[in-house]
Amino acid sequence: MAERAARLRARYGAGPWHLVLVTAAIVLAGWVALRVADEATAGRMLLWFLGAVIAHDLVLFPVYAAVDRVLRTLVRGRVTLLNHLRVPALGSALLFLVYSPGILRLGETTHLAATGQDQRPYLVRWLLLSAALFLISALGWLLRRRQASSKRSESA
Amino acid sequence: MSPKPPGVDTVERSWRSPLRGPWLTAIYGTALLVALPLVIITGLLDYAAYGPRFDQAFPTNVGWLRLPAFDWPTRPSWLFRVTQGLHVTLGIVLIPVVLGKLWSVLPKLFDWPPARSLAQALERLTLLLLVGGILFQIATGLLNIQYSYVFGFDFYTAHYFGAWIFTGAFVAHVVIKFPRLVTALRSRPLGAEARTSRAATRPEPPDPDGLVAAVPGPATVSRRGAVGLVGGGALLLAVLTIGQSLDGPLRRTALLLPRGRQPGPGPNGFPVNRTVAAAGVRPEQTGPGWRLALRGNGRTVTLDRPALLAMAQHTAALPISCVEGWSTRQTWTGVRLRDLAALAGVAEPASARVSSLEQAGLFRTAILASNQVLDPDSLLALRVNGVDLSPDHGYPARVIVPALPGVHCTKWVAEIDFRGRADG
Ligand code: HEM
Repeated sequence: MAERAARLRARYGAGPWHLVLVTAAIVLAGWVALRVADEATAGRMLLWFLGAVIAHDLVLFPVYAAVDRVLRTLVRGRVTLLNHLRVPALGSALLFLVYSPGILRLGETTHLAATGQDQRPYLVRWLLLSAALFLISALGWLLRRRQASSKRSESA
Repeated sequence: MSPKPPGVDTVERSWRSPLRGPWLTAIYGTALLVALPLVIITGLLDYAAYGPRFDQAFPTNVGWLRLPAFDWPTRPSWLFRVTQGLHVTLGIVLIPVVLGKLWSVLPKLFDWPPARSLAQALERLTLLLLVGGILFQIATGLLNIQYSYVFGFDFYTAHYFGAWIFTGAFVAHVVIKFPRLVTALRSRPLGAEARTSRAATRPEPPDPDGLVAAVPGPATVSRRGAVGLVGGGALLLAVLTIGQSLDGPLRRTALLLPRGRQPGPGPNGFPVNRTVAAAGVRPEQTGPGWRLALRGNGRTVTLDRPALLAMAQHTAALPISCVEGWSTRQTWTGVRLRDLAALAGVAEPASARVSSLEQAGLFRTAILASNQVLDPDSLLALRVNGVDLSPDHGYPARVIVPALPGVHCTKWVAEIDFRGRADG
């Protein structure tokens, strides 16, 4: 038994449980895919499934990493300032990511049919929330600078 | 060994964050490990709440992925409010955690060679199912609750089957990685990490998975800062989402969601799921000429609204809880469904099929199980909060049943067909 497991490990690259688990997950997904394949919209579902991964790994991540790189060059080593920009920027971007269907008014007619209301308010609210995040962060940064400079003048 | 394609070394060296490492990944992973099962279970409960026994849960044809059959209970009356509210709220709140977790392991995506063994190749395939699965569930869920059906496929089919693909990959991933997770959590005491400032933050020692950067840069954020950032994002989303499940002034805190808004003043000023205009129900259908048909035992009893108002009236404060996660508790008055069943000559119905005046919608009919007809608070409501129902809320009459998903609380009711045990 132990010998067989060792042989499997050498050939396969992991223990028997690993093989059972990944095979089960793949078989389940394959079975689901076959079931869904009859749907007229199966292609679109696959597109969204793979598209979501590509959108995250090859679009969203490179974009936010690049923006961060630009920010870091701009602040030239002032790390506290950097973080007081990063936090509200991330907050605002997160809100946009989650609530963009309303902010961009995608689906005005379904929204109206369901709720009896239009999607107009969301964009302004998002802008105001974002402004508030930046403002609070800026105030926090100013406060920190004050404290730091008063400490410096005390010790001087 | 096969030679590396050009650029691989550059990519490897360009991962500079000194925070990436098993410990940080394990912290985000633990949060997901605790919370995602709740999202999965409450999602499956949503499917069960539709009543798959009556072929009215979508998708209807799910083969082996059928859930164990049970009657959705009517008690506690807030059951569905909590399960579905939890599903949607937690699903949203976890988004920053998912993003943080993915950030922490992203260098692995560019590993070269992509797999050193069959085991690694298969595992990477399950990771595609895992990441694709969760992003797919989040994207479809978010679009659904904001009424943007831009994806152009059936939400139910996609979200139900997507859930199974994700769940399978999630279970495999958790079991495979659990020992690593435990080791990583033990490697750095939480308390010590919480006291470590940015200046004192150092990279973790090199790990077998290669999460730790080969050439880490200086820390611009501490580890507690990175955890706090994700936690803060989760909190921000929680504060802006929970309002759609609350009544009173706090409802308006859901600033960016459709259900944070009050649709007009007065006793009928609470959220609508489908307007009378959208349902295509015309005023002449709901005027004095409206009749309710009760069928049972091959007979039909017809009632007009004054006749219904002349019957024993019952008042109950019950939540209306939408499958989209929002809910609101209102005070409904009307005739008990079990009184109507008795009137139709089926005192102990096995089920009841409720039909709306609406011609086209997916939910123009709904089947209620026996327990849902017989609950003393199950009503054919005629009034809400002391006044007549508004057209948008289902005038002349609508169903309200404790713990029943809102879409099955049929509005503009035209007919109820009570089925006995025999013709089940
Ligand atoms: C890991 C993530 C998730 C899993 C495994 C999951 C699973 C499920 C399942 C199995 C259902 C029942 C589907 C049906 O009745 O056909 C469901 C319903 C639902 N889910 Fe999710 N879900 C996830 C994430 C989300 C997220 C992030 C959101 C939104 C913000 C969301 C929103 C919804 C909604 C609105 C429904 C009700 C649909 C309806 O019945 O009309 N889900 N979920």
